[in-house]
Amino acid sequence: MILNASGCLDALTAPDVARALDVFVTKTVTPLPREGNAPVRIAETDLGMLNSIGLANPGIDRFITRHLPKLARLGVPLWVSVGGSSAEDYSDICSRLDDHVEVAAIELNVSCPNVESPTAATAQIVAAARLATRKPIWTKLSAAVPDIAEVARAADEAGADGLSLVNTIRGIALDERTLRPVLGSVVGGLSGPALRPVALAAVYACRAATELAIVGMGGVRSGLDALELIAAGANHVALGTVLFADPDAPSRVRAELASELATRGYADSDAATASAHAASLSTTTT
Amino acid sequence: MMRREQRPVLANEQVGPYTMLRVDRGGLDPGGPGQFFMLEAPGRLLPRPMSLCLAPSHELAFLVDPIGPGTRALCALEPGETLTILGPLGNGFRLDVDRPVLVGGGIGIAPLPYLAAALGDVPVVLGFRSDWHAEAAALLPRAEVCVEPRLVTELVPPDRDVLACGPEPMLAAVRQLAPTAQLACEAPMACGYGACYGCAVEIDGELRRLCVEGPVLSGTEPS
Repeated sequence: MILNASGCLDALTAPDVARALDVFVTKTVTPLPREGNAPVRIAETDLGMLNSIGLANPGIDRFITRHLPKLARLGVPLWVSVGGSSAEDYSDICSRLDDHVEVAAIELNVSCPNVESPTAATAQIVAAARLATRKPIWTKLSAAVPDIAEVARAADEAGADGLSLVNTIRGIALDERTLRPVLGSVVGGLSGPALRPVALAAVYACRAATELAIVGMGGVRSGLDALELIAAGANHVALGTVLFADPDAPSRVRAELASELATRGYADSDAATASAHAASLSTTTT
Repeated sequence: MMRREQRPVLANEQVGPYTMLRVDRGGLDPGGPGQFFMLEAPGRLLPRPMSLCLAPSHELAFLVDPIGPGTRALCALEPGETLTILGPLGNGFRLDVDRPVLVGGGIGIAPLPYLAAALGDVPVVLGFRSDWHAEAAALLPRAEVCVEPRLVTELVPPDRDVLACGPEPMLAAVRQLAPTAQLACEAPMACGYGACYGCAVEIDGELRRLCVEGPVLSGTEPS
């Protein structure tokens, strides 16, 4: 499947782009509305971009009453990305979404850059969400942790159904004239091609550590980039920054991936999953 | 209707410090005055938003100020090279105005030639920071022009429907003179079509996406 990375597409503003995906993942929804960070919110870097949007979103109440009915009419399977500042926040939102048949799955935006133990925090959030919903739970992790495989195992043991790898990592851009930070919030999340080797390493490590399904993302621009994430262990691939420059990327990357798979003699992407690993692993993890 | 096409560059003309990039139009719709396109700068990750400056038949022309790596790469494009373009995007100027005057400052004159062509014989006032920058006034031959320290707001006639584009302090001053003015605003954008939420500006007291709500705003405060 080809998905979008959460926060990289507004399906209601660009429905045709969303319909070209196999799954549309919403921007992260939080308990209360968030206006987001003050401008400047984006900066281009040499091989990537920084964003500090600040999880701008309408809050779960308005999301359910105003946005969800319109998103359901798109006809694309819908995953809702959920964020919060405590396990209770995640649990509350998951229970609110549980009765909505139009929500196919929930992605927990568990990036926790500022907690002492990302492993314990992730386990706590996933466990709370697991009790609150029967829907499939995908846990989105940051690679900026000492050992992402340990966090992945904790998510697995706490009841996650899959992993979304990876979230952005923190970066700063300085204005070349003033030497002051470009972004209003100083620090932003780095995405784009600069993140691709980081994503490959995270997917590789988590595939070796768990049997959870994996959505790989981070700097994918082409079908070959997507295939590399699949080879590292991803079952599905999400597109992020590439969508900003190229709204036609979903169909283009899908076609390029099909061509790459065919050229290499793979029947489908499942056959290529984890092919970067030892043979014994690739046969046990699809 | 937004489309993305790879188009050949037809000409690259120097206009004072700016570059007029003329591109073969192909199947792209020029849209209305004040709407914009995302131009992919060679070698850069993100495209750059540019309003349409001129729309001669079979062409789209953009006035670009080379102020950073992306705009410098765009200005370095040679005839025969290709440029990937997405658009038209956003909401342009409303043309249902009785007594229009066009007000432009610096590179903010970019959308005005196309706007003037749509409105017919309308008064235009322009301000620039130097005589060199003011060479771009040739794009609007009948315009009244001033150069700093004189400010363009001194040239705006009273009781007119103002349509303006320029730097933020100029737009704020124009709005003081003409609260209902239509103002073409600017913000950094990664996508131009509502996906990235990067171009948020304060509109009616809320942070909203300039690419979706604008870039032309009327009766509101640009950030």
